[in-house]
Amino acid sequence: MSGATESRSGFSLGSLVVLVPYLWLLAFFLAPFLIVFKISFSEVAIAQPPYRPVFDIFEGFAATWQKAQEFSFENYTFLFTDDLYVRAYLQSLQVAGISTFLVLLIGYPIAYGMARAPKQWRPMLLMLVILPFWTSFLIRVYAWIGILKREGLLNLALTSMGIIDEPLIIHNTMTAVYIGIIYSYLPFMVLPLYAALEKMDNSLLEAAADLGCPPLKAFWTITFPLSLPGVIAGCFLVFIPAVGEFVIPDLLGGSDTLMIGRTLWNEFFSNRDWPVSSAVAVILLAILVIPIVLFQNAQQRAQERER
Amino acid sequence: MNARLSTFNVTSLVLGFTFLYLPIVLLVIYSFNESRLVTVWAGFSTKWYGEMLRNQQLLDAAWVTLRVAFVSATIATVLGTLAALTLVRRGRFRGRTLFSGMVYAPLVMPEVITGLSLLLMFVAVNFDRGFWTVTIAHITFSMCFVAVVVQSRLVTFDMSMEEAALDLGCPPAQTFLLITLPIIMPSIIAGWMLSFTLSLDDLVIASFTTGPGATTLPMRIYSQVRLGVTPEINAVCTVLIGFVTLGVITATLITKRQELERQRAEAAAARG
Repeated sequence: MSGATESRSGFSLGSLVVLVPYLWLLAFFLAPFLIVFKISFSEVAIAQPPYRPVFDIFEGFAATWQKAQEFSFENYTFLFTDDLYVRAYLQSLQVAGISTFLVLLIGYPIAYGMARAPKQWRPMLLMLVILPFWTSFLIRVYAWIGILKREGLLNLALTSMGIIDEPLIIHNTMTAVYIGIIYSYLPFMVLPLYAALEKMDNSLLEAAADLGCPPLKAFWTITFPLSLPGVIAGCFLVFIPAVGEFVIPDLLGGSDTLMIGRTLWNEFFSNRDWPVSSAVAVILLAILVIPIVLFQNAQQRAQERER
Repeated sequence: MNARLSTFNVTSLVLGFTFLYLPIVLLVIYSFNESRLVTVWAGFSTKWYGEMLRNQQLLDAAWVTLRVAFVSATIATVLGTLAALTLVRRGRFRGRTLFSGMVYAPLVMPEVITGLSLLLMFVAVNFDRGFWTVTIAHITFSMCFVAVVVQSRLVTFDMSMEEAALDLGCPPAQTFLLITLPIIMPSIIAGWMLSFTLSLDDLVIASFTTGPGATTLPMRIYSQVRLGVTPEINAVCTVLIGFVTLGVITATLITKRQELERQRAEAAAARG
């Protein structure tokens, strides 16, 4: 069918449709990564821009080759000798992993409730999930500072109810980072879960119940496996960006909260060490490339199923 | 079993939505607090909104942000729609895997990586940083969101109408404008709005790619938030939340009406 439209719409128009977004993404998505990769091998310098270029293809082949031999892996060895970076990577992965699991745990009952709600309510419920997703990320994180800080609303409520005497210290701790990530990424989990659960055929569950299957077992053997595409999509949508999260650890975490997104930011904006921040980015990308490719494959499979 | 299940469902929905909305509601309420101290309620007042309107830096930043959001959302919508058409309509072509990879990757790419890489590229090609660099950065990630939104509409698209028009001798470009475009329009509008709010919201990528004179509102809010919670920032946030809420509700109503009209027209056509 696409062949028919194509031959009629003519080659030029069709290829223009492909070419424009293709070139845009090549120029502003792929090319920048290559430049980061290149700069991660260069040395820091007090100059503008603050790095000494390793090689420049415009200098001709001989010069490029000569300079390429001076390739410095110094930034990378530096990252692995200073355990600050290693710990930051590990902690980011840990925080993202635990948060993803907790978001799934909290998001599943919500998505399930939405999918079971009367049909005329569903668009309304869907909008209620999407609305915070459209509201600024920064604002939603900021809202938690007022709640969690020492003289914040949570402590105020708990002390006035007589539950605690001493204010809880939550703001500027890891707990606050977890709360922030769970809160901010919840819609990313609920939406794909809902999409998967809503499509489910209820007669399967009815059949299981008729045949005497207890509800909990029916859930694990029927509902959960059928919702797996949603679970997978949701987990990737939470995990991958959460690893590189900057705003949440910066505003809710303490000075000891090591997360790699924040390390990269500080390396870049405070230390002005562009080569090292590039190396941090390259390794972060190398860690995330497997989940990203898996996510893309899942997306593509989902798209092909839809057709 | 049904009754118990629904209690569980209702509880999880109520708790879930309370969790999602309580922080935002509290923020809005405390923007009307007379006192500078966030937790002490000293009576209703709109003075922080007045304060906000007198803050020239904030207003300048808001103006920059709106311009960036408008331009980037518009260009991203065009590019994203083209990308969606490519992904759905053109079967296999050379470089398809790379193309779909480049469309999906920005959806999950950590913002620090995107921001840093774009900045380093702008520096490498000696592009003056400012309004346009932020806009280009926003177009790049927004267009991927548009592509996904439009694509989900295109895959459920009934090709027979397009084919009928082509069979009746309608030129392809005209077929696209008269048939395809109106049908996918709601998703294009949704894509535009999503791009607009994503751009409005972005702190990290804008911080990397900005230059002199192009400080955006999130950057301004961020630098003030670092100094502490103030009712003035609560007021700014409330205005932004109101703005987005209004936009989303309007868009939902528009799409709903269009959908109803379309169904009615189709039913009428079927009765013929």
